[in-house]
Amino acid sequence: MTRLLRDRRGAFGTLILLTVLIGAAGAPLVTSGDPVTQRDIVATRFLPPMSTDVHGAFHPIGTDRFGRDVWTRLVYGARISMGVGVLAVLVSIVLGVLVGAVAGYWRGPVSITLLGVTDFALALPRVVLLLLLAALWRPSTALVVLVLGLTGWMSIARLVHGEVRALAARPFVEGAIAVGSRRLRVLARHILPNALTPVIVAAALGVGNAIMLEAGLSYLGLGVQPPTPSWGNMIASGRDTLVNAPWVATAPGVALVLVVVACTLLGDALRDVLDPNVRR
Amino acid sequence: MFARLGRRLLAGLAVVLGVVTMTFLLLHAAPGDPVDLLLGPTGTAEQRAAQREALGLDRPLASQFATWLGRFARGDWGTSIAQGRPVAHVLAAAWPATARLVGLSLLLSYLLGIGLGAWQAARSGSRTDTALSVASVTLFAMPGYWLGLMLVLVFTYWARWLPAFGSAGFDSDYLSGTAWLVDRLRHLVLPLVTLTLIGIGGAARFVRGAMIETLSQPFIITAHAKGLPSRQVIIRHALRNALTPVVTLLGMSLPALFSGAVFVEAVFAWPGVGRILVEAVQARDYPVVMAATAVSAVLVVAGNILADVLAAWLDPRVRAASAT
Repeated sequence: MTRLLRDRRGAFGTLILLTVLIGAAGAPLVTSGDPVTQRDIVATRFLPPMSTDVHGAFHPIGTDRFGRDVWTRLVYGARISMGVGVLAVLVSIVLGVLVGAVAGYWRGPVSITLLGVTDFALALPRVVLLLLLAALWRPSTALVVLVLGLTGWMSIARLVHGEVRALAARPFVEGAIAVGSRRLRVLARHILPNALTPVIVAAALGVGNAIMLEAGLSYLGLGVQPPTPSWGNMIASGRDTLVNAPWVATAPGVALVLVVVACTLLGDALRDVLDPNVRR
Repeated sequence: MFARLGRRLLAGLAVVLGVVTMTFLLLHAAPGDPVDLLLGPTGTAEQRAAQREALGLDRPLASQFATWLGRFARGDWGTSIAQGRPVAHVLAAAWPATARLVGLSLLLSYLLGIGLGAWQAARSGSRTDTALSVASVTLFAMPGYWLGLMLVLVFTYWARWLPAFGSAGFDSDYLSGTAWLVDRLRHLVLPLVTLTLIGIGGAARFVRGAMIETLSQPFIITAHAKGLPSRQVIIRHALRNALTPVVTLLGMSLPALFSGAVFVEAVFAWPGVGRILVEAVQARDYPVVMAATAVSAVLVVAGNILADVLAAWLDPRVRAASAT
C-alpha cells in the first residue's frame, strides 16, 4: 500500500477516486440542492457558473435548462456512474474468476467447452451487443449493470485461467494435495489467492472502461434514464444547449475523464507494484 | 501456415454464425414489434395480422431464421421494414462514409501514435515523456462523443471555422471540382480529428510500453556496444521488434474503432453504418439490424485474422510456432 502511494500515478489515482467516492457517498453533505426537482425554471435556468439565483442559492458550475444545479447533479450522478462501474466489474469478476478457475483447474471436455465459449464471447463486437441488449429492453440502471457485466468477463477468465494452470503445477500445490487436502479446498485456499493479482489490475482498468461505456449508453438514451442524473445523460442534455450553456455538457465530461484517467493510472501503478519482477 | 489459416477461417465463420444467431434470437425475444411501429396505435388486429403475414413474422422462429440465412448467404439481404428500400442499398449507401472515417483515423492514429510512443520510449523518464504520457492517458480516457462536442463548441460555435453536422453541405450537389472536395474535407475534419486523437492516445501508450520492454533486452545492449548510432538502434532494432504486438493490437482495434464510430457518428450526424444500426435497432427494423451486425462481425473477424497473418509475417518465431 505504501509503495502504491509512493508511485505518483498510484497516489493521484487513489486521491481522485477516494474524493469522488466520498463525495458521492456523502452527496447530501456536499451539496444542499436536489438533483431532480425543477423549480422556478424561468428565473433559474442557464445561470452561468459562480452565480447566485434570485432565491439566494449559489451555483458553482451554473444551472441547466430546467434550472437544476449542475454541481448537485454532478455529485448525485457520481453515485450512479461509480455504482454502475463498480457493480458491473464485480459481475464480470465473479463470472470471469469462476469460468477461469474451473477451466484452468479441471482438464477435459468442461475446460475445453468453457475456453471455447470464452474465445467466442471475446470475438463478439461488444458495442453492437450492448446496443442491442440496451435498446431492445426497457432501459434501466440494473439492465446497464447486467449488460456491462455480462460483456466484460472474458479477459478476466483468460487471465485467471492462465494463472491457475501455471499455479496448479507448482510444488506447493502438489504438497497440499499430498497432505490430503480436497481438490476444491486446494483451489480455493491455495491457488486462487495467488492468482488474483492480475485480476485486481484488470478490475481497476475495467471500472474506468465500464463507467465510460455506461456514459456512452446513457448518452445515446439507452442507459440510465432522466431525470435520474448520470454523467452520460447529463452530457446528452447539455448537447442541445451547447451554445448558450456550454458548462452543462463540459462539467460531467471533465468528471468522467478525470475518473477514467484515475482508474487507468491506478491500474498501471498496481501492475508495477504487485508484479515482483519489476520491484524497484 | 495454411492449416493454421484454415482453422482460423473456420473459427471465424463460427463466430459470425454465432453473432448472427444471437442477434436474431435477441431481436425476437425482446419486447416491441416492427408491426406496431409501422401501423401505429390506430392499427386494428386484422391489419396487424395481415402485416405480420406479409412480412413473414407469423412463421416459426427457426424457419424464419433458416430462410434469412439462406437468402443472406446468396446475397439477398431483404427489404428494410422501416424504409421499404432493399437492405443492401441502405448499407451500400452508408458503408463508404464509415469506411472513410474509420480507415483514415486508423491510419493517422497509428502513424502518429507509433511515432509518439517510440519517441517517448527513447527518452523515458524525462519530463517530456511524463508530460506526453499524461496527455496520452487523458486522450485515451476521453469518450468520443464528449470530445466531439467540445471540438464542435470550439471550432464550430466559437471560431466558426468548421461545420459540425453531416458529411456534406446542403449545396453539395451543386458544387463541382475543388469546391465539392473542400466541402467534403471540411465536413470530415471534426469527426476524423475526434476519432484520431482518441486512437493516438491508445496507440502511443501501447507502443511506449512495448518499446521500453524491448529496449531493456540484451540484443539492444549489444547493438549499442557495437557502436551503432542510437538513432539506428532505436528505429532498426527496437521499433521493429516492438511492432509485432502493435500489429495484433491493430487487428483488435478495428472493432473498437467501429464502436467508437457509432458514438462519433451520433454526435456529428455522420451518415454511416453506426447511425443506421442505432436507428434500425430502435425501429425494430429486423432485416437491417441483421445485415449490419453480420457485416460488422465479418469485418471484426477479418481484422483479427489479418492481424494474425501479419504478425506471423513479421515475426519468424510466430511462424515457426504455428508450423509445428
